[in-house]
Amino acid sequence: MTRFMINGRSVVTTVEDDTPLLWVIRDDIGLTGTKFGCGIGMCGACTVHVGGRATRSCITPVASVEGADVTTIEGLDPASNHPLQQAWRDLQVPQCGYCQSGQIMQAAAMLKDFPAPSDAEIDAVMTGNLCRCMTYVRIRAAIKQAVRKTAAPMAEPQA
Amino acid sequence: MSRLSTAADQAFSRRGFLVASAAGGVAFGFARVLAAIDPATPGSVAAPATGPSFEPTQWFAIDAAGIVTVNVIRAEMGQHVGTALARILADELEAAWDKVRIVHVDTDPKWGLMVTGGSWSVWQTYPVFSQAGAAGRIALIEAGAKLMGVSPTACTASAGMVRAGGRSMSYGDIAKSGTVARQFTPEDLKALPLKPVKDRRLIGKPVHGFDIDPKINGTAVYGIDAKVPGMVYARPKMPPTRNGAKVLSVDESAAKGVKGYLRHLVLEDPSDTVPGWVLVIATSYWAAVKATDLLNVTWTPGPGATVTEQALLAHGVVLVAKAEGGVQLDIADDDSTPAFGNTAGQNIEQRYTTATVLHFQLEPLNALAFEKDGVFEIHAGNQWQSLILPTLAKALAVPESKVVMRSYLLGGGFGRRLNGDYTVPAALAAKALKRPVKLILTREDDVRFDSVRSPSVQRLRMAFGNDGQIQAMEHHACAGWPTQVLAGALLAKTKKGGQYDPFAIAGADHWYDVGHQSVRAVANDLANTTFRPGWLRSVGPGWTNWALESFMDEAAHHTKTDPVAFRLKLLTGKGRNAGSAPNAVGGALRQAEVVRRAAAKAGWGIALPADTALGIATSFGQERDMPTWSACVAQVHVDRATGVVRVQKLTLVVDAGTIVDPDGALAQVQGAALWGLSMALHEGTGFEAGQVKDTNLDTYMPLRIADVPDLDISFVESAEVPVGLGEPATTVVGPAIGNAIFAAVGVRLRHIPITPAAVLAELKA
Repeated sequence: MTRFMINGRSVVTTVEDDTPLLWVIRDDIGLTGTKFGCGIGMCGACTVHVGGRATRSCITPVASVEGADVTTIEGLDPASNHPLQQAWRDLQVPQCGYCQSGQIMQAAAMLKDFPAPSDAEIDAVMTGNLCRCMTYVRIRAAIKQAVRKTAAPMAEPQA
Repeated sequence: MSRLSTAADQAFSRRGFLVASAAGGVAFGFARVLAAIDPATPGSVAAPATGPSFEPTQWFAIDAAGIVTVNVIRAEMGQHVGTALARILADELEAAWDKVRIVHVDTDPKWGLMVTGGSWSVWQTYPVFSQAGAAGRIALIEAGAKLMGVSPTACTASAGMVRAGGRSMSYGDIAKSGTVARQFTPEDLKALPLKPVKDRRLIGKPVHGFDIDPKINGTAVYGIDAKVPGMVYARPKMPPTRNGAKVLSVDESAAKGVKGYLRHLVLEDPSDTVPGWVLVIATSYWAAVKATDLLNVTWTPGPGATVTEQALLAHGVVLVAKAEGGVQLDIADDDSTPAFGNTAGQNIEQRYTTATVLHFQLEPLNALAFEKDGVFEIHAGNQWQSLILPTLAKALAVPESKVVMRSYLLGGGFGRRLNGDYTVPAALAAKALKRPVKLILTREDDVRFDSVRSPSVQRLRMAFGNDGQIQAMEHHACAGWPTQVLAGALLAKTKKGGQYDPFAIAGADHWYDVGHQSVRAVANDLANTTFRPGWLRSVGPGWTNWALESFMDEAAHHTKTDPVAFRLKLLTGKGRNAGSAPNAVGGALRQAEVVRRAAAKAGWGIALPADTALGIATSFGQERDMPTWSACVAQVHVDRATGVVRVQKLTLVVDAGTIVDPDGALAQVQGAALWGLSMALHEGTGFEAGQVKDTNLDTYMPLRIADVPDLDISFVESAEVPVGLGEPATTVVGPAIGNAIFAAVGVRLRHIPITPAAVLAELKA
C-alpha cells in the first residue's frame, strides 16, 4: 500500500510496489495527461513533479513516492495558466502534443533552478525530452517568452 | 498519389449536396455527437446541437445557435488539419469564425475514402470544402431573403449574417426557422463561383488551432487514453519474424506468478496481419508487461529470420546494377538528344544508399476493441481507416458494416498509422475473449512491429555531349515497396502494364531538363518478405531526392559549374517541365524561383570560415501531380578531427501555392526540415537477424533540442492551388547537408545517416 499526494489530493493505492508511478497516475487515478513514450526514462513524455523535482514516472516505482507530493500537468496550475502554458498557447507550440505535458513539466521544474535560463541551460535540461514532431524551436521560444513575462512584473517595483 | 486523389474525388462527387434543413436535427445531430471528437474541448467531447439544425451537406451543419460544425475526415496528428480545413469552408460560407467548431468523425461509408497522408489533406479538400461553403452561403442567402421579404440579389452574407440594406438575420435564426431548402447537383457545385482571392477573410490569416489548448493541460484524448468499463489489458509477445511465424509452444508457468495475469491468447488471424502473435491478458497494463517478459513461447520463424541490413543493401546493389527487372516509368521523354550510350561525351555514375529508418511516433501503437450490439468498435488513432477496415472485417469474419473505427488524436503519425495493422490483434482478442481489450505495445514491441522505411539503393547516371551539355539521365531506385506489401490494389501501372509502387519512386521523375530521361523502379523483394515496409514521412522522395540532389551536385562539380547556377540552367520550364493547371502552373520555373530565393537568403557565395560551407538542394515535393516547390541551403561545419558535422543553419524557401493556415504551415515546415536533419545525421538503424537492432532511445537517437540549428523558413506568396506541406521539406535537408559537406571539406558522402566515422573515413581516404 502506498499513500501520497497528487495535485494536492491524498491517494492510497494497493497496486504492486514495483508498478511504475506512470500507470498508477494514468490507469488507477485516471489522469491521462501524463504519457507513456519509451518506458526507460529517455523521452520525457511521462515527466511529473515529485517533491517539486522533474521525475520520469515511467521508471519510478510507486512505492518510492510514499508520502511525497506529486504534481502532474493537470495540477500545474488550477486554470491551466502557468506562464509556460500561456506561452505554449500563444506560440502554438504543440503539434501532435503527445510529449508536451512532459515538456511543460520539465520546463516548469527547470525554471525553479534557472529562473532565466540561458540557451545552454535550456539545451542541457530540455534535451532529455524528445519531441518527435520536432517543435523544438517553439519550445525554446516559449520558455523564453514565459521567462520574460514572469520577470516583467517583478522588475517594476525595482524600477 | 494521383490514384488515391482520383478515388477521393469520385467519393466526393458521387453525391450531390442535398441542401435541406434537418428540422430537429435528430438523425444526424445525435449520431454526430456520439460518433466524433471535438479536439478543442477537454476530453474531446463534442457538444450537442442546439435546436433545429441546417445540414446543407454532410460536411457541415449550422444549429439554431449559429454554431457551424465542420466534419473532418482527416486524422489530427499535429498538423492542426481540422483548423485549416474549417477555414476553407468557413471562408466561402461567410461564417463567423468564433462560431465554428470541428469534429473528427468516426468511420462511415458516407465519408468516402478516409486517409490522412501524402500531404494531401488541404489540396484534396480545398475544392470540396470551398464548394460546400459556397453552397451553404447561397442557400442561406436565399432563405434569409425570403424570411426578410427581400430579393436574394439584394442580400450579402458576412460574419454569419445575411444582410439586406439595414436589416440582417443570423445563420442561426435562419437554421432555427427550418425553412432552408435547396439542392445542388454535382454540376451545380462545380459551377459555383468561388471568391476572388482579395475577398478572402479567413484563408491566409493567422488562426489559433482548435487542438492546441487541450494539448497543454493534459485534457487532450489520444488513442492510448481510451477506456471502457470492464476492459482487460493486453501486450503482445513478439514473434521472431514479421511474417510467417508459427507458434510451437507456450509455457505460462512463470507468467502465472504475476499478480493480475489472466491468461495468454494465441491469435488465430484469418487476415494474416499478425502471424505468430501471442497476447498476454492481464488486469493491469503493468501486469501484462511483466507477465509477457516471463511468458515462454517457441516459434517456427518465417522468412527473413537471418536477414541483415548488409544483405538488404547488397541485394539492392545487385538489382540496380542489372539491366533487366523492375519497371520503367512512363516519362514524356525528350528525344532531341541521343539515348544513353550513344552520347559523345563523358558519363558519370554514382550509387547512393539510405539506411532503415524508424517511425518512432511517440505514442506507442495501441487499440481498444470491443463488441457492442453486434458491431465491433475499434478505438484508436489511425491515418487510413479505409485501408484497414476490410482487413479487420476479414480478421473478425464479419461484414465491413459490422466494424466501426472511432477517432482519437494521434500521438504522432508520420505514416506509421497509415498501416492500421495494430488494430487487428486487439479486435481478435476482443472477439475471442468476448470482452473489451486494451492492447498497448511497449516501445520495444512498437519498434519491432514498425513498418519501417526500407533501406534503399539507387544508381544514377548522366551522359554528356562533347560540349558538356547533358544528353541523357538514368535513375534506378530499389527499396522495399510499402504499397505492394500493404495496399497492392494501389500500385501504379505503366502503359506497358508494368506495376510499381508510385510512393517508392516519386521524386526521381524530376523537373530538370536532362534530355533522354529514364526512371526505373525496382522492388527489393528481400525487404518485402523480411518486413512490411512502411510509408514514412515523405516516403520515396525521402530517398530518391537524397540521391537525385546529391547527384546533381556531383554533376555540377563535374562540369565545373556552380551548383545553384547548374540547377537554374536545367530548370527552364520547357517541354514536359512546363507545368499545367490547376496544380502545377508555372512548372519548373517555380522550382527555379525557390532555388534562387533560398540561395540569396542564405548568402550563397559569401566567404565562410575554414571547413564551413553552404550546400543546396531542391525538390518538387511528393509528386508531379501536386508539386510543392522547395529549396534548402544548409550551412555546415565539419570537424576534421572527429568527423562531426554541425549544421549551423538551414534556409528554406517553399512555394506551396495558397497558404491556408500560415502558422500551421510554418510548423509543418519546421518539423519536416528537422525530420530531414534527424534522418540525415542522427537516425537510421539496421536489420540483424530479421529484426531492427535499435528498439529504444538508449541506442536510437532522433534529433534533440540541443541539435537544432537556426532555421530561416519563408513561403512564396501565391494565389495558386494550395498543395501539401507535411512532407516536402523533409526531402531537401539531407542532400543539402551532404552537398555542404563536400563544399566544406571536399568529401562526398553517399549514404545516410552520415556518421562521424563515415566522414572521418572519407577524409582519410
